[in-house]
Amino acid sequence: MTSIYQINSATRIRFARRFLISLSRMRRASTLGPPSDEEIRTRTRRIRIVSYSSMAFAVGSSRAWSRALVLKIRNRARFRGILRNKCLASKKKRVIKRHKVSREMSKTDMLRRLVPGGAGMGICGLLEETAHYMTCLATQVKVMQSIADHYSK
Amino acid sequence: MSSRRSRSRPSSGSSRITDDQILDLVSKLQQLLPEIGNRRSDKVSAAKVLQDTCNCIRSLHREVDDLSERLSELLATTDTAQAAIIRNLLTQ
Repeated sequence: MTSIYQINSATRIRFARRFLISLSRMRRASTLGPPSDEEIRTRTRRIRIVSYSSMAFAVGSSRAWSRALVLKIRNRARFRGILRNKCLASKKKRVIKRHKVSREMSKTDMLRRLVPGGAGMGICGLLEETAHYMTCLATQVKVMQSIADHYSK
Repeated sequence: MSSRRSRSRPSSGSSRITDDQILDLVSKLQQLLPEIGNRRSDKVSAAKVLQDTCNCIRSLHREVDDLSERLSELLATTDTAQAAIIRNLLTQ
């Protein structure tokens, strides 16, 4: 378990700094008084995206998964309003299909779906990217946890 | 281990991927997994390592979701100094 956290301490600091700056920007932009449920949901979504993008930027362009993640987030933000209705309709159909196929899907395919950019890699690249992605995810979780613990004191 | 060989390799390029390379990478993944049995590297199959990796990544995604929700609720109600947080994180 300790090997996960020993790597990338510089990345961890870069991630923490970016994430905290984004959080403080969100706090300043929020309305006064108790937020509504809708606001909390929207903010939860934003915080989630910000955490992944902060980690992807902290890792930089040296990894295929971070590059793929940055592209995905940028494209999603760009086309979110325009294609929202179109995507929702086609997504419903696709979700139903996925449940039927998931039992026959190989483990490699499952991994390709979980790791950003995994679809276009060979098996060696995929395994390497997975290892790095997992360590960065664990770092991300740990930093978010300590921030949340600090806030809740 | 035969399941690994029967899996179709994508046509990535001219270099042939050896089984040793894959074994090596799978054992590296295995060491990352927080499990009791990750020391006994010979007895764990590659399929199990991949399955555990997928489960691990999924659970990490769920934790990120839960923490985002928790932070979102905390964000509205607190007023803390960021310098203290960064200092805290740097000294870990």
